[in-house]
Amino acid sequence: MKLVRDTWLVFQQEAGLMVRNPVMVAFSLAQPITYLVLFAPFLKVVMVDRGASSYADAYRIYVPGLFVAMGLFGGLFAGYGLLSALRAGIIDRCRVTPVSRTGLLLGRALMHVCLNVVQAVVVTLVALPFGLRVHLGNLLVSYALLAVMVLLSTSISYDIALLVRNENSLGVLVNTVGQPVSLLAGVLIPLVLAPVWIQRVAFWNPFAWATDGMRALFTGQILQTVVWQGALIMVGLAAASLFWSSRLFNREVS
Amino acid sequence: MIEATGLRKSYRVGRGRGASTVEAVRGVDFAVRRGEIVGFLGPNGAGKSTTLRMLATLIRPTGGVATIAGVDLLRAPGEVRRRIGFVAQASGTYDDSTARRDLVLQARMHGVTKAVAQELARSAIRAFQLDDFADRKIRTYSGGQRRRLDVALGVIHAPQVMFLDEPTAGLDPPSRVRMWQEVRRLRDEGMTIFLTTHYLDEADSLCDRVSIIDAGRIVAEGTPSALKREISGDVITIGFGTTGAAEDPVGTGVQTATKLLADQPYVHSCEPVDGALRLYVDSAATAIPQVMRTLLDRGVEPGAIEARRPSLDDVFLAKTGRSLEE
Repeated sequence: MKLVRDTWLVFQQEAGLMVRNPVMVAFSLAQPITYLVLFAPFLKVVMVDRGASSYADAYRIYVPGLFVAMGLFGGLFAGYGLLSALRAGIIDRCRVTPVSRTGLLLGRALMHVCLNVVQAVVVTLVALPFGLRVHLGNLLVSYALLAVMVLLSTSISYDIALLVRNENSLGVLVNTVGQPVSLLAGVLIPLVLAPVWIQRVAFWNPFAWATDGMRALFTGQILQTVVWQGALIMVGLAAASLFWSSRLFNREVS
Repeated sequence: MIEATGLRKSYRVGRGRGASTVEAVRGVDFAVRRGEIVGFLGPNGAGKSTTLRMLATLIRPTGGVATIAGVDLLRAPGEVRRRIGFVAQASGTYDDSTARRDLVLQARMHGVTKAVAQELARSAIRAFQLDDFADRKIRTYSGGQRRRLDVALGVIHAPQVMFLDEPTAGLDPPSRVRMWQEVRRLRDEGMTIFLTTHYLDEADSLCDRVSIIDAGRIVAEGTPSALKREISGDVITIGFGTTGAAEDPVGTGVQTATKLLADQPYVHSCEPVDGALRLYVDSAATAIPQVMRTLLDRGVEPGAIEARRPSLDDVFLAKTGRSLEE
């Protein structure tokens, strides 16, 4: 109960600061919108042999990929915020109070989840005029999947940040890990177009499963096994990673 | 209110074979009574902040025990947190937030309801006179305003013991005096205050008792006046200008004078500090003519001569062989 209350408290504070800085929110939307408008049309051409004959088909393939990219990168840079809060003494100030330690971390992570889901809603709305059509129930499930992914990537970022304690190393690590993981998840071009060896490597990429699940949701196949498989993998990993980062965080942060 | 025995902290630095252990605090013992303002005085890196952070439950001591407001630090850090307030060296506020928002949040983190938190924030704003800027973004505050907010945040839950890490570092003189007034007010309201500082005047005029800490150890402890009384007599500082000649580079004057004066019966001790010489004597009035005669007889030309009562820096110098002001 205390954990829920304290998490909510920290979330409110962090979200409040974000809302008071609308320019930042607008800028964080620039990249997904750019890809949506300038990249998705390419897919229509590339995927024409695979039955993507219209913009609607291209967006049905690309938007779920974009959600996964947002889910991945939306959280991976969260560690910067944690490091700057640590450096500014904000975390110390909170840790001298009886507030829940896990709540301090979880409230921050949930702010990133919330921000990314809001962005995903904006992306969906922008894609509608281009012909994207998706069942509302499936769309809501895909937002839920996105939320779990952001929780996973945020906690991975926190893990790295708490281990390296340095913005530069964090940036290098996040980029070197993030790029191959996103490409091997087929967020830009579906893996069906990839050579066999790439597909074999991608089999071991949890985010590839999430992308497949996300695409199945957008094509209306919510009952496909890959949907629950992808979701299960994400939930499992997110829980494990969150557990680890809260252990790291609760252990003597100094 | 605070009792610490053998408090120690060491860090491992590096990995594998190159790893070494750094002793930040090498076992300190001290006690702070209710309603006292006690200061840790020492240079940067002496272990002041580390000691403070151990007492404030932020880092775990490597060894030793401490009791704060009757609670065991190691066994019940959660209970300690209810009884203490802490103001770190780093401000600990977001630039984009406001004083009122942060005060409300801070109160709520101590577990009170929203309505109570708002009331506590209102009275803190009044007590620390933050009214004029409480709803402006913190990035617009001056250094002194920011520091007052930091302290207001630290005491929002009316703790019994308050820890202040370098409360006036980087503030201009009027803001420092203002901060001292706030600290005294908190003491008058019944709080026990433990602070660190590297300012001599702060330790001297604000603290009831001072522990001088160097290289992780307490080297002297007592009231500022008692500490200064240990250095009996007066302090004479003799400056030495250079003649500018090639055969007399900077420093020979100090060296020669040290040799000449160290053995004089009226000199208790002498320490070269920063191109000048500090002499500890019983009485400056009788010593100065003798010093002049001794120096001039040997052809050493002294520069400015200054006599004063001993300061805490002289205590530090006597205990560690170094000056805090360097």
